[in-house]
Amino acid sequence: MKKIAPPLLAFMFVVIIWWAYVHFTHVADYLLPSPQAVLQALIVNRAELLESLGWTALAAGAGFLGGAVLGISIGVLLSTSAVLRRAIYPYTIFFQTVPIIAIAPMLLFWIGAGISSVIVCAIVVCVFPVIANTLVGMRSTDPALEDLFTLYVAGPIERMWKLRLPSALPAIFTGLRVAAGLAVIGAVVAEFVVGLIVGSVGLGVRIVGDSKKASTDDAFACIILASTLGLALLGIVNLASHIALRRWHASER
Amino acid sequence: MTVLRHSYNAKAMDRIQWRGLDRAENSSSAVRIESVRRAFAGGAVVFDQFSLDVAAGEFLAILGPSGCGKSTLLRLIAGLDQPQAGTISAATRDHIAYVFQDAHLLPWRNVLQNAALPLEFRGISKAERQDLARNALEMVGLSDAMQQYPNQLSGGMRMRVSLARAMVTQPRLLLLDEPFAALDEITRQHLDEQLHQLWQRTKLTVVFITHSTSEAVFLANRAVVLSRRPARIVVDKLIDLPIDRPASIRGSTEFAEQTRTIYQALERGEAV
Repeated sequence: MKKIAPPLLAFMFVVIIWWAYVHFTHVADYLLPSPQAVLQALIVNRAELLESLGWTALAAGAGFLGGAVLGISIGVLLSTSAVLRRAIYPYTIFFQTVPIIAIAPMLLFWIGAGISSVIVCAIVVCVFPVIANTLVGMRSTDPALEDLFTLYVAGPIERMWKLRLPSALPAIFTGLRVAAGLAVIGAVVAEFVVGLIVGSVGLGVRIVGDSKKASTDDAFACIILASTLGLALLGIVNLASHIALRRWHASER
Repeated sequence: MTVLRHSYNAKAMDRIQWRGLDRAENSSSAVRIESVRRAFAGGAVVFDQFSLDVAAGEFLAILGPSGCGKSTLLRLIAGLDQPQAGTISAATRDHIAYVFQDAHLLPWRNVLQNAALPLEFRGISKAERQDLARNALEMVGLSDAMQQYPNQLSGGMRMRVSLARAMVTQPRLLLLDEPFAALDEITRQHLDEQLHQLWQRTKLTVVFITHSTSEAVFLANRAVVLSRRPARIVVDKLIDLPIDRPASIRGSTEFAEQTRTIYQALERGEAV
């Protein structure tokens, strides 16, 4: 109770301010709907919203997993060789700087309008922080322990599994936390574009449609669901981090 | 003497008994350093024409001013660093154990798993690894803490795990780089006593770096004092005390005398 009370109170505070603002200024519905209107939209359209949420969750979840696997692999690979690092690392920064809204249509043309291009878009958006943090983690092992493993005549694979990867775990989880939110953003943005073409499914598609119809309460309902999805992904990462690190790392004690 | 820098053979190594280097079967040097030169990029010459022999079964303490190259010497002996000229012969890596100033344990492993770590690279079965690790931990008085993680231990306990990890492979040559410098005086003296008993029991060769003259006199049977860079040997003397050294020996006149000799040598080394 002590843990959930502060965020709950903060949430209620914001909702009350929001409600009061709408109530006393009589702002137009299409500019800012009241909290009750958004809640109503959530309840009335729950079937379709849940279906949309399912699609977006699938795309963001798969994109996050893809980004995690790809990002950790690239990070580990780059940590093994200075030459490789110098050759490839500068180009991975492309993932971070690329304006996703600009290349999403291209991805769609290349891959086809469907969930696979939405997943790829989520991967592109979320992979970089995983690469960067994995690389930093792999390269900041204790030099004395590296010496010790040299004395043990440890092979490169053993050194990787028994020393560098476990040392890098806290940093990798930091990357994954950032990636969790980004994956949802990537998926929703991709759906904006998909919506223009096939006109169906995910939360992003729905947000575009609702904005056009000026049904802001429906759009808000979708935004709340998308944020909740991001929080849920983050929660899963935090849980995994807690399980993996609780015994030994200061961040989880 | 035999120079053993061949590659490691797991099967041959497994069955070495708990005894370290047998003086009878190899009465010559455990470490031989001949005319070694080591200079670092930037021009600092740490060693030039440096020679030192460590007899098998000896407990050698090395003292000297900060930055004179004591740690570099240990790294050269362990093969973690290479000289630019001269030769160094010592046991192969499989027979060397190294203890750092800090414990440097793997924080994600418990005490038992940490102590067993070096055995995992030698093709020894898990059951046997745990047996050997348990013995090593018992030797340093940590039987009760095997399931604990390093962050639950005091500095002294961590250092003892580090010592157990070093001893678990039954090394012939134990290299210690100011291992107890970060600990409080009482813990340090206690560990010194344990280390001395360990050495007496196993008769392995020990090279021990320290800043403390009294620690050197208490532990070693030979002390070498180095000068500032490039390092020369200022004093190389046998510690004239009985092999059995109870804690009370620290209060004796002989002890004070030996300590003073080494202290004076240290001062001369600073002055060079």
